[in-house]
Amino acid sequence: MSDTAIAEPGHEIEGSGQGRSLWQDARRRFLQNRAAVISLIVMILIALIAIFGPLFAAWNNEEVDWNVLGDIASMGGPSIENGHYFGVDELGRDLYARVVQGTQVSLMVGVIGSLIAVTFGTLYGATAGYVGGRTDNIMMRLVDILMSIPYMFVLILLLVVFGRSMWLLFVGIGLISWLEMSRIVRGQTLALKSKEYVEAALATGVKHRVIVTRHIIPNLMGIIVIYATLLVPQMILTESFISFLGLGVQEPNTSWGALISEGASTLQYGTYWQLVFPLAFFIVTLFCFFFIGDGLRDALDPKDR
Amino acid sequence: MTTPETVLSVNDVKVYFKFGTTGLFGKREQRYVKAVDGISFDIKRGETLGIVGESGCGKSTLARAVIRMVPAHAGRVLWMGEDLLELDGEAMRDKRKDLQMIFQDPLASLNPRMTLGQIIAEPLKTHFPQMPKSEMREKVAAMMKRVGLLPNMINRYPHEFSGGQCQRIGIARALILEPKLIICDEPVSALDVSIQAQVINLLMDLQKEMNLSLMFIAHDLSVVKHISTRVMVLYLGNVVEIADSDDIYANPSHPYTRALIAAVPDLDKAAPADRASLMVDGELPSPLSPPSGCPFRTRCPLVQDICVSEKPPLTETASGHSVACYFPTASPH
Amino acid sequence: MSLLEVENLSVTFTTPDGQVRAVQDVSFSLGEQKTLAIVGESGSGKSQTAFSIMGLLAPNGQTSGSIKFDGTEILGLPETELNAYRAAQIAMIFQDPMTSLNPYLRVSKQMAEVLMRHKGMSKTDAINDSIKMLDAVKIPDPARRVHMYPHEFSGGMRQRVMIAMALLCHPRLVIADEPTTALDVTVQAQIMDLLSDLQSDFGMSIVLITHDLGVVKGSCEETLVLYGGRVMETGPTDQMFAEPAHPYTRGLLKAVPRLGSTGAELATIPGNPPNMLRPPKGCAFSPRCGFANEQCNSAKPALEFFDAKRSRACHLTREQIA
Repeated sequence: MSDTAIAEPGHEIEGSGQGRSLWQDARRRFLQNRAAVISLIVMILIALIAIFGPLFAAWNNEEVDWNVLGDIASMGGPSIENGHYFGVDELGRDLYARVVQGTQVSLMVGVIGSLIAVTFGTLYGATAGYVGGRTDNIMMRLVDILMSIPYMFVLILLLVVFGRSMWLLFVGIGLISWLEMSRIVRGQTLALKSKEYVEAALATGVKHRVIVTRHIIPNLMGIIVIYATLLVPQMILTESFISFLGLGVQEPNTSWGALISEGASTLQYGTYWQLVFPLAFFIVTLFCFFFIGDGLRDALDPKDR
Repeated sequence: MTTPETVLSVNDVKVYFKFGTTGLFGKREQRYVKAVDGISFDIKRGETLGIVGESGCGKSTLARAVIRMVPAHAGRVLWMGEDLLELDGEAMRDKRKDLQMIFQDPLASLNPRMTLGQIIAEPLKTHFPQMPKSEMREKVAAMMKRVGLLPNMINRYPHEFSGGQCQRIGIARALILEPKLIICDEPVSALDVSIQAQVINLLMDLQKEMNLSLMFIAHDLSVVKHISTRVMVLYLGNVVEIADSDDIYANPSHPYTRALIAAVPDLDKAAPADRASLMVDGELPSPLSPPSGCPFRTRCPLVQDICVSEKPPLTETASGHSVACYFPTASPH
Repeated sequence: MSLLEVENLSVTFTTPDGQVRAVQDVSFSLGEQKTLAIVGESGSGKSQTAFSIMGLLAPNGQTSGSIKFDGTEILGLPETELNAYRAAQIAMIFQDPMTSLNPYLRVSKQMAEVLMRHKGMSKTDAINDSIKMLDAVKIPDPARRVHMYPHEFSGGMRQRVMIAMALLCHPRLVIADEPTTALDVTVQAQIMDLLSDLQSDFGMSIVLITHDLGVVKGSCEETLVLYGGRVMETGPTDQMFAEPAHPYTRGLLKAVPRLGSTGAELATIPGNPPNMLRPPKGCAFSPRCGFANEQCNSAKPALEFFDAKRSRACHLTREQIA
């Protein structure tokens, strides 16, 4: 109440030039959030490592370094001289190359998984919300039913039955996590549908299809972006959990979850680096995504309109 | 001087809303809220019909039923002789060019993600998709100038404007197609006094210039009186009185109309001595269970037995002055 | 001595877009059993003035100046000490009763709680007092209705409940922030009549915050006109309305459509309210004022008395703007 009463910016429009769109406003607010900006920079660095990391690797990720294989605990540690920056894994392979490869896989699972979830969830939720009535009722009850299925169990079952494949993993995780997305989008759509500008468009004779694409979806983008950002770490976590169980990506491919799993199982031999490096990447990435998501939420908060 | 033609003729329109929840298994009892219970009126070209009533009287629903934003249950809406309620979707969409609307909350009626230029151009894009971009820009610029918006605002977003400016954008959007009827749903109630007058003057100027018919909904009687040719007073979905603007304020015949007028504080003189006797107690009854007979009888100071048993019909007491009351008094006011 | 003495009150908000000086150098005083209207449009700082008196400003707001209640400085008092004043001495009525009543609690509970906390009453006494108060605000059948939930009341009745709650501890000052804005005209008139009846029964002072000049005219002895966070004009309502001394007050009064007027053009105040992030350098009203000159655009006019009871902030003489 107090905020709207005191600060209504822009009553006097000065200058010519362009207006500030809500996106530009949001960007300005986001850039003022230090934690989010630092996280974004770190995240970009991690993505760069995933893309260009192999160029700096002294070893191939499948090559076995026979020199250290005999005594990994004492010779396989991180070292600059022999090119194993992060040490080697239990089989004498370069851990740096393995972590870069794991980063690629994990980020891909996260991004592709949440893209599938966001696309499908948005379309489904927006349709249900905009059409309303009985269609909405049936569509959302279906979501309720699907949500009541223990999805981790189903995913594991799928992987066991159809064999472990990365694509099945992508699709499986993505298709399960759209449910929550569709619920959120439907709720927002219902709220947007009753806005006066939608009524104004209808009164002018704008077609429903155009109303959805011009008036509903652009106003949903804020919540979609926030949710997608928070979904990525969730996807990564799910994949890691499944890989930790040994059902995820297959050798010679790897992911953070698989590396952490291996690292944890060999911790007793004193090869701490096998756990620490993948774990560090994993934790830092999760934190970054959460901070970015948080920053986006603050920046795009509709209350500040 | 010839009398202007009637453009809109609304005949016994009823809007009922169903309530009583329909469960997943089987139906429960169906009941109706009579939001608009058989209303008729005419609007001539260039004329303004003011619609007054308290919240819940059905004035917004009536306006929306006329342009089919809410479905009417019964009745006819003749627009230039054609029944709008009978038209199919495409034909109705085409008619919307002539029938535009201005909303109460200026900011909420503008899409926050669109620039002012895009907002004003939207009706053109909808009805004239073939129109060249340059012509569209020209039309938008001309309309912006007409409603008092500066050309450099065209790429700005709604949140950068004040309430009054947003309402000007809403007006520009409604007028860009050169419509014949504009429905104004409380267009100034959300605005500050100093801005209110600007918007009212703008609307009146544009009306004269474009020979527009207006349906002007408001709860503020002085605003309605100022802008309207005729005034219709609604109570619980029924017309209680309709007359020429000057006439209804000079000779209010329905006790509810008199109460409404008495409730407006007069800035010019002290409150009249009989103000208290004209005021009404209580509030609007729930539309879920409206009173029997006359809808106003629960608050009426003149109530008699007949008011309880039978609903008074709307009858003409003087030329162009109709009232729905068994005891209409043209008391000097 | 006056009951409420506000001197040079300023309120500044720190927002991401910059400093907003919502209220600047506002001074007024209010005697016992008097009614003062604070009139202004949105963004004029009228609500922020009220919130400062109640100590209810948003956390990003800073105040300076002085607010004395019955001789005691209450501006900047710590929360605990301020609570002793709130409800017991100073009460507030809000615009939207639904947002200030807890929808999940019965009215009896919400009202009794106030009395139990501030007066240490027993529950039975508190409920009995609550019923009496509901009766005083003319709610029919109060003994039954006191046990209902807020949503079971109609809009006007809810506002009566709010008023009853505000008056429970017999406060000496009631601040009413747009108490009738959300209501229909017939109900609005009922509530304003009720407030003035209650004032003579309970003998409290009222600060009425409103944008509606009609409401002011009917019910307040004194009026203070705010624009852009500054006082434009003060004085007895009748005199001010009959003969406004500030161009803004004049414009405002002329812009209101009258029932008695004919369909001619309404007088308007051109332009838009000031952007408080970048307020005008001189008089806040100068960009919209038809009489503004160089001096108005560069220097802020001081509020000066030109009569025993009336003051105005304008560089021009009264003759010049007539």
